[in-house]
Amino acid sequence: MNSGGMIYNILSLGVPFSVALLVAALGENFNQRAGIFNLGCEGIMSMGAFLGFLPAFFIKTGPLAAHVNLLGFVFAMAAGALLGLLFALVTVTFRASQGIAGIGLQMFGWGIAGTLSRHFVGGVTGVEGVPAWAIPGLAKIPFLGGVLFNHNPVVYIAFLMVPTSWYLLFRTPWGLKVRAVGTYPRAADTMGINVNRVRYQALMLGGAMAGFAGAYLSLCQAKMFADDIVAGRGFIAVALVYFGRWNPVGILGGALLFSLAQTLQLSIQVGGIKFPYEFAVMLPYVLVIVVLAFTRKARMRGPTELGKPYNREMRV
Amino acid sequence: MNKIKLLYRLGVILTAALAAALVGAMVLTAIGASPIATYTTIFTGPFADKYGITEVLVRAIPLILVGLGIAISFRSGILNIGAEGQILMGILASTAMALAFPGAPKVILLPLMFMAGALGGAFWGGIAGFLRAKLGVNEILSTVMLNYIAAQFYTYLLRGPMIDSNELLTGSGTPQSMRLPKAAWLDRIVPETRLHAGLILALVLAFCVYSLLWRTTWGYRLRAAGAEAKAARYAGVHVERSLITAMLLAGGFAGLAGAVEVSGVHHRAIEGISSGYGFSGIVVALFGGLHPAGIVPAAVFFGVLLVGADMTQRSAGVPANMILVLQGVVILAIVSAKMYINNAYALERFARFFRRSGTAKIPRSVKTGGQP
Amino acid sequence: MQAASEPIQELKLVGICKRFPGILACDNVSLEVKRGEVLALVGENGAGKSTLMNILAGLYQPDSGTISLNGEAVHFKTPNAAFAHGIGMVHQNFMLVPNLTVVENVALGSKNLHRFMNLDLNGARRRIKEISEHHELPVNPDAYIWQLSVGEQQRVELVKTLCFGAQLLILDEPTSALTPQETDDLLARLKRMTAELSIIFISHKLNEVKALSDRVTILRHGAVVFNGTTADHTPAELAALMTGHEVTLPRNESHDQSTEVILSVKALRARGDRGNLALDGLDLELRAGEVLGLAGVSGNGQRELADVLAGLRPVESGTIHFQGKNLTNHSPRRMIEAGLGYIPEDRHHEGIVPSFSVQDNLVLKDYASPKFSFSCFLKLGEIERNAESLRECFDIRCSSTSVATGSLSGGNIQKVILAREIARCPKALVAVYPTRGVDMGAQEFIHTQLLARRKEGVGVLLISEELEEIMNLSDRIAVIYKGRILKVLPAAIATREQLGLLMAGVVNE
Repeated sequence: MNSGGMIYNILSLGVPFSVALLVAALGENFNQRAGIFNLGCEGIMSMGAFLGFLPAFFIKTGPLAAHVNLLGFVFAMAAGALLGLLFALVTVTFRASQGIAGIGLQMFGWGIAGTLSRHFVGGVTGVEGVPAWAIPGLAKIPFLGGVLFNHNPVVYIAFLMVPTSWYLLFRTPWGLKVRAVGTYPRAADTMGINVNRVRYQALMLGGAMAGFAGAYLSLCQAKMFADDIVAGRGFIAVALVYFGRWNPVGILGGALLFSLAQTLQLSIQVGGIKFPYEFAVMLPYVLVIVVLAFTRKARMRGPTELGKPYNREMRV
Repeated sequence: MNKIKLLYRLGVILTAALAAALVGAMVLTAIGASPIATYTTIFTGPFADKYGITEVLVRAIPLILVGLGIAISFRSGILNIGAEGQILMGILASTAMALAFPGAPKVILLPLMFMAGALGGAFWGGIAGFLRAKLGVNEILSTVMLNYIAAQFYTYLLRGPMIDSNELLTGSGTPQSMRLPKAAWLDRIVPETRLHAGLILALVLAFCVYSLLWRTTWGYRLRAAGAEAKAARYAGVHVERSLITAMLLAGGFAGLAGAVEVSGVHHRAIEGISSGYGFSGIVVALFGGLHPAGIVPAAVFFGVLLVGADMTQRSAGVPANMILVLQGVVILAIVSAKMYINNAYALERFARFFRRSGTAKIPRSVKTGGQP
Repeated sequence: MQAASEPIQELKLVGICKRFPGILACDNVSLEVKRGEVLALVGENGAGKSTLMNILAGLYQPDSGTISLNGEAVHFKTPNAAFAHGIGMVHQNFMLVPNLTVVENVALGSKNLHRFMNLDLNGARRRIKEISEHHELPVNPDAYIWQLSVGEQQRVELVKTLCFGAQLLILDEPTSALTPQETDDLLARLKRMTAELSIIFISHKLNEVKALSDRVTILRHGAVVFNGTTADHTPAELAALMTGHEVTLPRNESHDQSTEVILSVKALRARGDRGNLALDGLDLELRAGEVLGLAGVSGNGQRELADVLAGLRPVESGTIHFQGKNLTNHSPRRMIEAGLGYIPEDRHHEGIVPSFSVQDNLVLKDYASPKFSFSCFLKLGEIERNAESLRECFDIRCSSTSVATGSLSGGNIQKVILAREIARCPKALVAVYPTRGVDMGAQEFIHTQLLARRKEGVGVLLISEELEEIMNLSDRIAVIYKGRILKVLPAAIATREQLGLLMAGVVNE
């Protein structure tokens, strides 16, 4: 294989691979910007992957059959928002320790998805999933067309979420409130911002996005459901938010870096260089640790109150 | 005041337990199982015979060990989620040790094995401790990642370098190590069951951890660094060193749990030995209030839950993943309830509500309950 | 612009009660303010002033009592409701989000600039310009808050509150971070503003109260103890009312100078948290048996100097010599062992471990010494005995020495820290804002203790933002400005004005 072809392959495979990480991390970014560290992302993605898959698995005929994928994404996002709501209840209203609560939510979401899938689905079954849709005209551009414009439509939607998230965060009143409550909730409170309400909203939006990311895995990437389908992507997404310094553009860069590294490793294997399969699977996890080790905290930019519950009546 | 406080705390705990049970029941209903029947099987099934009871204790042994390690790390201000990976490293190291000296007598081999297991786990935990202390890497994320890495490494070794040569000969290729020499087996303390001498070790270590944390300067230092790192630093405690120590200890306990599990139950390294002890250990430690005196009963309680869940899987077809759901809910309930138990504001509101709803017996003394 | 409300002719609070766990913060408080009037709300730390004002600002809900505006009962459920009625509060800790710009901070609270999916930042910018020109409060709308000095932040906070349409301005200890000159300037500006609005001025500095206010209300232990016209009473009378008894804070009367230098800092350079050079060639000498006061506006390197002396902040260049030994860049443990005592700035998080018992906190630095441990085991009995004796000596008020230290009052926590440090017989003691936020009784006790150490030959470095405290206790006063010592003056000849100019960086030859 020539190197040009290999680069093309890596890029055109890597771009759709990045979507689940990207969307989940963009959602987690809203959580963290609002001051909540949601490690339950992994569990929400599991739920999303399962519920996204469910309509496509059950509805094979009838009028709804044409819309099973849309239905799946809606279910996944609704479940994600609900789990976000549960997490908000625990961490915002009950002010529980976020790190441990996140692990609880992860086990909860993962457990439910597994339990329900064992019961309703049984073994591993494939679905048709979302077909690719080349953007007319753009897909014909040599090289770039295949890399960027010849994927399933969800990929395009996901990439549009980057500027949308940026705009939402930096140019709208809601985004301003989110950034304020994550940095100095008491100040926001004195200015008439309902800190808890903003945090609830951010967690529900983040949850819905994590659910979306999960549904992408089962409907667009794997086209099947297994209970370990998320395989740590939720945790990687959390790490990407640090890496991207709480900025959607940085997060996009991180998500692409990760997925490209993964496809690079796959193509090296295909290319005949042999090393144990298990080590190849390890690579992204090792990469997370390396990336975290070399990401310094951007002190004045990020949400400085990350992880701390807010209690108005607590006297300072 | 104290009466109201007690009532309040009891109320919080009961509400949390009820909420957890209710959420579990909802999931059970969704899969068409009867919640009451399932809960009954879980909580009474294990006590039906000698086998059930001893099996509960068999499960409690690794839970105690892992829970002790988690308690040390949480008390020291570092949230170790990586016990699962540390257990695997402990299993690998202890198995390798036992297989390397097949002829050694028991009195030498067992301690060697446990030491190797503890060191293996400590090494794995120490990585996360080092990364947090020196480079500020969030330990929750790094330990989770280390879990995935350890799982792959474990599979790699059991499929490749450490695989039982008989498996290769017969061609079945089950990923498992050779059987350990008899000298590496822990004695069974109740005949015809799987209950082994690891229980005694776990109980002794529980006492040791209590002494360490509350009776020694080491423990004082760890707890000070964990409770308020800034103040500890001003007082001359080397907080970074304390974090690393805590992770070494936590990893060591998890690794030891792995070694004990191999030596006491399975007698060889196979896939699925840990079966989630690393995560259950977190629940046990939290449930036990991060104190050895609480962890031991909590481990037994979760032993019941694990054995009971196995039984429901066999009898009622409730998937084993259900145990994850229950554990997740229990964690969420515990951390929520914990904040409420210590929330003076909520207590105050409760006390006021209590008075208003007409219990004239309680005097109006709440007003000055605090410090002068 | 913000919900234009009619001018406030009269504000009345009647019978306000507010209870926090274990403490009655406001006990049946009533007060009133009329248009164009300045009411001073005076009281010790912990007297309930801030709680009362937070109720008025809609942040806390009173347990009972009523608020009425222009004779009409109102109920502020949220800060928004308070704004809508023209009540604005300037908090003691500025309520500005540091990683937002000035204009974003103003836009955050101005709900009428919030459109769906669009934020009218230009509207906010116009509003800021208007207000800052009208009241002569220059601010740069596009600066990030974290880039601004304390004085500038104060201005922004004032402009922000006025932008929200405040008719009644509540100022909570507005002068605590300012130099004397800046304080005079602010007071003059506020005086001018009374033409248009009413002001509630919270302070415990009675000369400022005297200078600015028309009437004064004094709170003690959450209850109103005095209500009257300012002009009729002397500061001394007000002080007696405030504390409930005659408190005369001890003064350092003797000025016999020792010459033995025990701590000497030369050309010290160190970086702050943001990477800026917070200490830039600082020289300082502390002598045995003296109190050296370090005056300065906060944020000029005090915190960093204290950290360096505790061994917690790396030194880039320069030296620290303690009793002749070079201790530059040594660990906190080495500093402690060398005999340096330390009372940190943030007593709740740096001075004690809040969840530890009083007993445990009293041995925080010595738990591993032979006195309290044998091999690696703690001598629990000895630790308890130590706590009981220190509790007696230092009058630490707690129900038992095994309660969590974090549950004690600020003054008592400070006594725990003081007891621990003094029991260690230090050669030099660094005290950082030792009386911030404690009541007069504790303040008196702490001052007496510091002077007693001085008598015993301990060198005391007193870092404080209260000029009065520094002038009362010090033998010599050093003024810190932008990471350097501008000048060291004998306390006997230093005047308030002179120090104020130095704190602002003005050195007249």
